[in-house]
Amino acid sequence: MSNVAVNQTGAQSGVNGLVDDWTSDKQTYHVPWGKAMMWIFLVSDTFIFTCFLTGYLNVRMTTTEPWPVQSEIFALSFFGSDPIPLILIAIMTFILITSSGTMALAVNFGYRRDKIKTFWLMVATAAFGASFVSMQAFEWSKLILDEGVRPWGNPFGAAQFGSVFFMITGFHGLHVSIGVIYLLIVATKVRKGHYDKKGYEIVEIAGLYWHFVDLVWVFIFAFFYLL
Amino acid sequence: MAYVPLADQEQELHHPHSWVTKYVWSQDHKVIAIQYAVTAIAVGVVALVLSLMMRMQLGFPETFNLIDPSEYYQAVTMHGMIMVVYLLTALFMGGFGNYLIPLMCGSRDMVFPFMNMLSYWVYLLSVLILMASFFVGEGPTGGGWTLYPPQTNLAGTPGHDSGIVLMLISLAVFIVAFTMGGLNYVVTTLQSRCRGLTMMRLPLSVWGIFVATCLALFAFPALLVAAIMMLFDTLLGTSFFMPAVIESGTPLDHNGGSPVLFQHLFWFFGHPEVYIVALPAFGLVSDVLSVHARKNIFGYRMMVWAIIAIGALSFIVWAHHMYVSGMHPYFGFFFATTTLIIAVPTALKVYNWVLTLYEGDIRLNAPMYFAIGFIFTFIHGGLTGLFLGNVIIDLPLSDTYFVVAHFHMVMGVSPVLVVFAAIYHWYPKITGRMFHEGMAKLHFWCTFLGTYAIYLPMHYLGFLGVPRRYYALGTTDFIPQSAQDLNTAITIAALFVGASQLLFFSNMLWSLRNGKKADPNPWGAASLEWQTAETPPIHGNWGAELPTVYRWAYDYSVPGAHKDFIPQNTPESIEPTMDEQHFDPDLDKSKADL
Repeated sequence: MSNVAVNQTGAQSGVNGLVDDWTSDKQTYHVPWGKAMMWIFLVSDTFIFTCFLTGYLNVRMTTTEPWPVQSEIFALSFFGSDPIPLILIAIMTFILITSSGTMALAVNFGYRRDKIKTFWLMVATAAFGASFVSMQAFEWSKLILDEGVRPWGNPFGAAQFGSVFFMITGFHGLHVSIGVIYLLIVATKVRKGHYDKKGYEIVEIAGLYWHFVDLVWVFIFAFFYLL
Repeated sequence: MAYVPLADQEQELHHPHSWVTKYVWSQDHKVIAIQYAVTAIAVGVVALVLSLMMRMQLGFPETFNLIDPSEYYQAVTMHGMIMVVYLLTALFMGGFGNYLIPLMCGSRDMVFPFMNMLSYWVYLLSVLILMASFFVGEGPTGGGWTLYPPQTNLAGTPGHDSGIVLMLISLAVFIVAFTMGGLNYVVTTLQSRCRGLTMMRLPLSVWGIFVATCLALFAFPALLVAAIMMLFDTLLGTSFFMPAVIESGTPLDHNGGSPVLFQHLFWFFGHPEVYIVALPAFGLVSDVLSVHARKNIFGYRMMVWAIIAIGALSFIVWAHHMYVSGMHPYFGFFFATTTLIIAVPTALKVYNWVLTLYEGDIRLNAPMYFAIGFIFTFIHGGLTGLFLGNVIIDLPLSDTYFVVAHFHMVMGVSPVLVVFAAIYHWYPKITGRMFHEGMAKLHFWCTFLGTYAIYLPMHYLGFLGVPRRYYALGTTDFIPQSAQDLNTAITIAALFVGASQLLFFSNMLWSLRNGKKADPNPWGAASLEWQTAETPPIHGNWGAELPTVYRWAYDYSVPGAHKDFIPQNTPESIEPTMDEQHFDPDLDKSKADL
């Protein structure tokens, strides 16, 4: 019945309908304020990482020395085996993507108002994130202490390799660390029942941020480690 | 369960009790707006004084000896950066955006008031960091406001030790502050409008500030990244932007960086920045013109689309600032074309302003003086932009006073005239007092004629080939004595304009206490901010109920109406409308209940 009523009053489909919806009164998107704000922030943040990656590709072209071979630098050997290229990065990527899975589950249970499961899934996500950061710390210390890589130079080739590495992974690691803290704060509040009245959109908003950080890593992985 | 849009849900407003939370750590968008505006204008005065010092040096070389060549470069740099970022951006967004968006959207406050408050305090921090650079080491950086490496980082440039570091940190902090505020402005405009207020009924002020904020949110990241990379180059000795450089015979510890990369990042921010300043000015001036011409804005929909088109195009023109840096001719062709295309929606706006005035019942109040003055200066500055947008004409003019004249006309004088128009226009609502009309008009004539006396001759200097950024012209063959004389005249005009701003400040301060008590709607304006119960509006803006909007913001001189304006919240059943959009929120509500 309500469909008929709406059609009779001239609701349009297609592009005109889209324009109608976007220019309607009160609100453009039928989402909470916090979610709209997070989306716009993430678009803005996308521009930051895009500029970082573009800058990296640019200096990689302009530098006069050869670019180091990443697969040799980022290789680890276990118990005296041959070094396995990019093994640590592969594990880190796997962990981060897994954490996106647990985050998605947390969002689901949040909307079902299952506080305990939401809490534990968010804690699990945060734990994955923390382990990602600690592996990154291990990678950094290995490069700095054992291999002598510095922001201003390294023994393998172009100095920009170290500069870009520390800058981009550092900025991304900062995002992950902030995400871990953010998740833990929200998780604690979820368990205390802080959102019973307001609704559990906040879990999804935190999730948006987390998935974004995850997605950015995929690009960093592709452009910096593989290319 | 019926879906209740958030704007209709009960909001928790934090009502302050003590003086400190009311006026200092305030979360009220109106108080934050005033804090932003006062801080921005205060730091703008610093930049004004710097420019006067430069003018004294240029007009009377070897007479005053106020500044030496290094200090001249520092003054150039700080003047530019402060005016563009810390004054105009902060004033239009943090000041007018904060004050007007919630009131014009009929909402109680920004969507996240706490973040909004934080935005101001972080902005203040960035200003303090910038000001601190005057007092450390060799003083502020002297690399020019564009901060081009490698020059900024080399020992010959003043402030290469600590000035540049503080400048970059301050910019990064400013961007953090702006992001917190900007997210608020965008989400408030999108998600927190009152009943009946569709996007196509928003006053153009909100449209201008809204689109400009979007631009800023997507353009500032490039500056942030450039600032971080340059900080690394300065502090850690990386070579993002630093190529191999030999300084006084010794090679520096840099190699293989790309100075042009910095220019790309900087101008990817820098060109949208022009429109970040210009679009709010376009919006505000449209409203001022319409109100004082007692006529609806001509071509409202066109104006909205022009704002959006200019905003979108501004992201693909940045390299027209870099013609002289060297680029493939095809790129030059591309960027020249896009640059000239931007002139189309811009010219459209100018025509619409003029057509708004055409056959209007123009009231020559002080704000209207400034608004009409803006049309003159903007056409003027816009037309010289067409010269500079072409590669072949830009190359010889690029480092001369022609460029100085162009951008001061188009993004210095024009937005500042709008700032004055807007401050005079909304002053009665903000303070509840009227300003002194005669003093305001005197201020207009001094500023308007004075700026022409400053910048018109500069075009001529540019054609003569007088280079910009020079501490003193000295004696050269290609610069005739007349150029020197002109410089003296320009300086006298600049000092006059600088001094005449005292009229503005004294008017504002004097009227605060002694001005006539203002009517709630002294100009007879139709938009929502003039319909508040109290003047100035109280915390929460509206009474028990949020307003409902039945028409656009431009119902002036509607045939058959009782008065020559109809407030936006007057139902269509009471008064006729000229709004093309036929949308009745009451009807819509009963429809939703079905």
